[in-house]
Amino acid sequence: MTETPAVELRNLNVYYGSFQAVRDVTLAFPKHKVTAIIGPSGCGKSTVLRSINRMNDLIPNARIEGEVIFEGKNIYDPDVDPVEVRRRIGMVFQKPNPFPKSIYENVAWGVRINGFRGTKSQLDDIVEEALRAAALWDEVKDKLHQNALALSGGQQQRLCIARAIAVKPDIILMDEPASALDPIATLRIEDLMRDLVQNYTIIVVTHNMQQAARVSDYTAFFSTDESRTGFLVEFGPTAQIFTNPKDPRTEAYITGRFG
Amino acid sequence: MSVRPRFDPNRAARHRRARIGMVVFQLATLVGIVVLMALLYNIINNAFGLAAIEYRIYPATLGLDLETLPQTPRERLLEILETHLSPGLRRSLERTRPLTQRSNEELAALVLERVLQPKVLDTWPLVPSLLHTQDIVAEVHARFPQAEVRWVRWLNTRFLTRPQSSAPLRAGVRTAILGSLWLVVITAATALPLGVAAAIYLEEYARKDRWYNRLIQVNINNLAGVPSIIYGILGLAIFVRALEPLTSGAVFGAVAEGVTANGRTVLSGGLTLGLLVLPIVIINAQEALRAVPNSLREAAYALGATKWQVVWHHVLPEALPGIMTGTILALSRALGETAPLVVVGASTFITFDPVHPFSKFTALPIQIYQWTARPQPVFRNLAAAASLTLLLLLFLSNGIAVYIRHRARQRRLV
Amino acid sequence: MAQTLSSVDLRGRPRRREGLIQVLLLASGLLSILVTLGIVYELVKGAMGFFTRPLWEDTNKPLAADVAPSDTVLPVRPEGAAIPEGAIIRVDEEIMRVQRAEETALQVERGLRGTQPAAHPAGVDIFLEDRVSLWEFFTGTRWIPQAGEFGILPLVNATFIVSAIAMLVALPLGLAIAIYLSEYASPRVNNVLKPLLEILAGVPTVVYGYFALTFVTPLLRRLLGPDVVDIYNMASAGIVVGILVTPLVASMSEDALRAVPRSLREAAYALGATKLETALQVVVPAAFSGLAAAFIVAVSRAIGETMIVALAAGAGPNFTFNPFEAAETMTGHIVRISGGDLSYDSIDYNSIFAIGLVLFLITLVLNTLSQRIVARFREVYE
Ligand SMILES: Nc1ncnc2c1ncn2[C@@H]1O[C@H](COP(=O)(O)OP(=O)(O)OP(=O)(O)O)[C@@H](O)[C@H]1O
Ligand SMILES: [Mg+2]
Repeated sequence: MTETPAVELRNLNVYYGSFQAVRDVTLAFPKHKVTAIIGPSGCGKSTVLRSINRMNDLIPNARIEGEVIFEGKNIYDPDVDPVEVRRRIGMVFQKPNPFPKSIYENVAWGVRINGFRGTKSQLDDIVEEALRAAALWDEVKDKLHQNALALSGGQQQRLCIARAIAVKPDIILMDEPASALDPIATLRIEDLMRDLVQNYTIIVVTHNMQQAARVSDYTAFFSTDESRTGFLVEFGPTAQIFTNPKDPRTEAYITGRFG
Repeated sequence: MSVRPRFDPNRAARHRRARIGMVVFQLATLVGIVVLMALLYNIINNAFGLAAIEYRIYPATLGLDLETLPQTPRERLLEILETHLSPGLRRSLERTRPLTQRSNEELAALVLERVLQPKVLDTWPLVPSLLHTQDIVAEVHARFPQAEVRWVRWLNTRFLTRPQSSAPLRAGVRTAILGSLWLVVITAATALPLGVAAAIYLEEYARKDRWYNRLIQVNINNLAGVPSIIYGILGLAIFVRALEPLTSGAVFGAVAEGVTANGRTVLSGGLTLGLLVLPIVIINAQEALRAVPNSLREAAYALGATKWQVVWHHVLPEALPGIMTGTILALSRALGETAPLVVVGASTFITFDPVHPFSKFTALPIQIYQWTARPQPVFRNLAAAASLTLLLLLFLSNGIAVYIRHRARQRRLV
Repeated sequence: MAQTLSSVDLRGRPRRREGLIQVLLLASGLLSILVTLGIVYELVKGAMGFFTRPLWEDTNKPLAADVAPSDTVLPVRPEGAAIPEGAIIRVDEEIMRVQRAEETALQVERGLRGTQPAAHPAGVDIFLEDRVSLWEFFTGTRWIPQAGEFGILPLVNATFIVSAIAMLVALPLGLAIAIYLSEYASPRVNNVLKPLLEILAGVPTVVYGYFALTFVTPLLRRLLGPDVVDIYNMASAGIVVGILVTPLVASMSEDALRAVPRSLREAAYALGATKLETALQVVVPAAFSGLAAAFIVAVSRAIGETMIVALAAGAGPNFTFNPFEAAETMTGHIVRISGGDLSYDSIDYNSIFAIGLVLFLITLVLNTLSQRIVARFREVYE
């Protein structure tokens, strides 16, 4: 872990109005690795994830203290443009949310608004490459101009991943990307994450212990205190967290889950 | 191997566009507010202001003060009438009711109408009246050397309590307000029970999978979109013509010979407006019923209540504030409707109040329409005053509706 | 034990009161169908009267000599319009059928339709029976009742011009307000703006008419010059009708925009879209059918709007495309005609039903269309 991290949280505190959702998180996400965030419901996993690409800006009463260092810069500095942050740090949501447009348009739109200069055939290539990378190309190559809402849930989620990677982000945040999918579709998404990690840094929130164990290289375990404020309990290589957790709370949680 | 998109993320330009977009949306909203302000400004501006008035006999020459005319000593008023009325007119007035038996107010009105005889030559809106008083006075002196410049509140208590008149300074909207109130009462009496009953049927009884129930629902939605003037035509054909014996009051023997309105009665108008607002009442009542939680119905059923008992004892009381609010809003709509009343045959000029459902009638919006359509500018001032009256009435009724809704919410929270 | 059981009677009892109530409630629901049927029946009946009513057109052809009740050949003068064989004519009160027509004489069958053959003096004009044909009604470009010309096009044309102007105002304005309210404004701002819009929507149309005539028209005349803009003109009426329907467009559009799931907006932001890009390129297209429905309802409202046009657009049908000229719309014509002392036995009375029927059908089609769209739109997001 001598390499510079992809993104680093320093003393992160997040508040919704007067309620503190996350307290004092310091955490470095390694580059080109899958990091899983696990923890009981309400411990602030989504909150932390959303602070990494400033999605929390969109929630009117959300407030952030501390730093999120990306490319050597605090993304909450006043001179940083959240739009650019989100271009560089993409996100895949819990429920598939394709735009009610064609499959092709879903992938091409993000590229276009980000000032793509190139020919139609170059754009076609980008779309194809993104769909291939998301392991969706073979299923949709004949119906690129059909409405994306006609796809199955698993296909929709992979389309959302394709959409996210088409703009070539550095980091992809995934908030329980497989929780709305059946086991087979889930497996495909997990395989996909392993493929993508060669080119991208992936941070994934999951409720599914096996999934965290299967796909992630590192795991961060969050928990809540008596005032329901979330905090980081332990961070480390996945193998170590699952086999030899340092913190008894981590152990309790993991074993509890495994029965 | 990988296709690298060539990005030219001209973010500055994109953010500029985003800011311009936001300003545009804000401006549009601002335009809406400005229009509302302009509308109110325009009405208020025309409801008050300076007027150039000419008298047959100027009050000052008789030592009278217009503002306190009714407080003038009685003897003085009688004396003025004595000296300035033509003998013929005086005789006919005496025959109706001896002058000495009339009240001070009546005498003052007679002095104003028959002796002073003010005539409005021109009027100015409020804002120029305030800003350019001197210029206006000078202009009046140049144009009408005889005339006097006076402040006129076109909307005043006399305006509200006097009947229609062809002399602008004496015209009022009492007949029209009473007509409007009659209309609203008749409208409410028809649309409220029928509308609520239909809503109860659709929400509580009707099975949604039956074609006829769906037809009723679709039909109601469509009726809500039928232009109001079509309802006027319907009212004309049905209430005014086909049901004339009923709506004119003939079958009840309710009208004196010679004054029959031939079906063009306040009853016909009210029934027409009743049909007009019926779909709105139904839709609003349905919404109120739908807001009643199902658990309430189930609780009542579980105690062995019949359907009607559930509806009557539990659902309806719970939905009542919502139904009332929706109905009042619908009645506000009726209060402002003009076109159907014109078609049904509201009278353009009547000076006597509606006294029963078979009276001829006029209404506030009809009055506004009539006055606005008159070419003489004075009547625009009257139209503004009447508009202001109508808006205040609407404000009042909507205020009541909002208050009911608010109170119901409060109660639920407690 | 057995006794207790038998005393419980679970058989259904006929509940007559319940049944009666249900029937009464159903009757109230059915009343709305009756209203629709009444509208259709009366409009069609009145319109039939309009198309079957004989109009007597003056041929300007006078009798050449006195005619006795028993004569069957009418001597006529050569001037005036030609009278075809088989035509129905009227001389004074008497109705006749022309059996043969020549330059100076008509052979007629006398005393038709309950009229009695009578003596007619020389010099009396002959009137020819005419009817308003459907073709004339829908293609005629002149509506001059006194001259027996009933082409609805001038009225329809004015209606569409006013509505088009109204939509030019209401569509961008209403949509922009809707976007502002749903995408930008904070709940606090919303709480202030929504009641203002409701007030705007609650102002009676006659007050808007007053506003058009006494505020917007003078403003237009000041801006563009009194030679360009007539005192009564379609532009002023159209603009104010647009203002009238703006709150409707805004609130229906806002509902449609708010129905777009938050997740779509988040997806767009997560790709690095700006707020404007998200609003215009993701939210608006996703709400498209809801917006279309709002637009169609607004068009229908604009077409049916009466008092504004009656006051500000001018009296008298006028077939013109110049929005700054006066022209009467369908609704405007109906109010003006019925505002006078309308005789029930006149072509004017019948004509309001014919116009009303056209108006009813247009708005019915538009409203049905919009409801269909809204229903489909709901399905997408359920
Ligand atoms: N928009 C918001 N406004 C106020 N409080 C919020 C908001 N979003 C989340 N919270 C609160 O913040 C805390 C953390 O929420 P968060 O969604 O981050 O939890 P999570 O760990 O993702 O839970 P889950 O596993 O159920 O998704 C919770 O107590 C939640 O109630
Ligand atoms: Mg979460």
